[in-house]
Amino acid sequence: MIVVIDYSVGNVKSVCNALKFIGCENELSNDFDKIRTADGIILPGVAAFGFAAAALGETAEVIKEVAKAGKPLLGICVGFQLLFDSSCELGYHSGLSLVEGKVVPLPSNVTVPHMGWNRVEIPEDMTLLKGLRTSEHFYFAHSFHAQLTDKDAKVAYTEYDKPLVASVQKDNIFGVQFHPEKSGDVGMAVLRNFESICKGELK
Amino acid sequence: MLTKRIIPCLDVKDNRVVKGVNFLNLRDAGDPVELGKKYSDEGADELVFLDITATIRNNKTIVDLVERVAENVFIPFTVGGGVTTADEIDTLLRSGAEKVSINTAAVLNPRVLSESADRFGAQCVVLAIDSKRDPKTGRHIVHLKGGREATTIDTIEWAIEAEKLGAGEILLTSMDADGTKAGYDIELTSAVADAVNIPVIASGGAGDMSTFRDVLTAGKADAVLAASVFHYGEYSIHDAKEYLAKEGLPIRL
Repeated sequence: MIVVIDYSVGNVKSVCNALKFIGCENELSNDFDKIRTADGIILPGVAAFGFAAAALGETAEVIKEVAKAGKPLLGICVGFQLLFDSSCELGYHSGLSLVEGKVVPLPSNVTVPHMGWNRVEIPEDMTLLKGLRTSEHFYFAHSFHAQLTDKDAKVAYTEYDKPLVASVQKDNIFGVQFHPEKSGDVGMAVLRNFESICKGELK
Repeated sequence: MLTKRIIPCLDVKDNRVVKGVNFLNLRDAGDPVELGKKYSDEGADELVFLDITATIRNNKTIVDLVERVAENVFIPFTVGGGVTTADEIDTLLRSGAEKVSINTAAVLNPRVLSESADRFGAQCVVLAIDSKRDPKTGRHIVHLKGGREATTIDTIEWAIEAEKLGAGEILLTSMDADGTKAGYDIELTSAVADAVNIPVIASGGAGDMSTFRDVLTAGKADAVLAASVFHYGEYSIHDAKEYLAKEGLPIRL
């Protein structure tokens, strides 16, 4: 069972729809016991960082607790950004500090939001992206991006004038700036990989 | 590199996709979910569902439709047509829409853009503009209520203002080009794209495949919207994308 964190922001149900489509048992919930007993956690997010962080409330501590204990965690979009230390979107906000880095605005010389399908170069050593071609298109929709400083994290990039962090992996912590639930077949493959990671079938 | 998007538009009435010429002689064109899936399989980068009765307000039918699409189609989709408040946007996003487009209501109450952007993020908020050129002055003028009502607002100035307010994308329809199949309005599209730093979707005037190329290059559009050329099967989305890739544009194939 994968628990998709329900923190009442935007389009969280899309992730559940996609999991259901691939046949992955899941539940949209904010229940602490369910989060503690789940095989894995997905932190979705469509909202401004500060709004999402506030909506998450005390659940943040439970997520940190289970993530540090080794439970697979996948952050998507703003859920991915929440994995880092902080964001400066509409004021300074603290993140979960599970991966070292901060979230900053996209530079002003490019069209913002970064919206649409962009190519991600797939590194061989990232479990979440296993089985994909050497580069794949994913759907992005964001105005802020992560500046990664964590030397222990594996990273996949996309090119938007400069390289942008598209995905990170640090032990059991996974994150994608793009939306796998909206990235068609390739996105479904990523979610299947996460399910396999949660079941212990993929390491 | 970010790819250029090809977006089929599905006009919806009473939970069915309808086809017609300039909103006249509407014919049933099938189930929105089935058509959405078909287009997604053909390589559509996004979908737009437009409630042509503009009755999204308090309309449970459209919410059901959005839910069904979201359960079956796994590419982004935008819903629009008569949306007036941030709470309505909230309902549509929660039902599974990726983005919601606002047109008339944003002109009458521009705060709906800023309120929605603050609550949901700018990337969910699409400003739709129906624009028509004033033959006397040459200015492009914003029209409301499905194009039936002229304003005195300059399209380019409104686009700039909307970006400041929090719109994350502009869906720009040239009423002059719409339905002509003679090509998108390059002058209008490039003027808006130059004036703002958010993505611009060109709409109105899709004809042969070169019309896509022209508005994505000379017109500086980030994406193209088209309805009848796809609905009537003049060529498939896949054909169009292969053509554009051959022409050297960044395309997801």
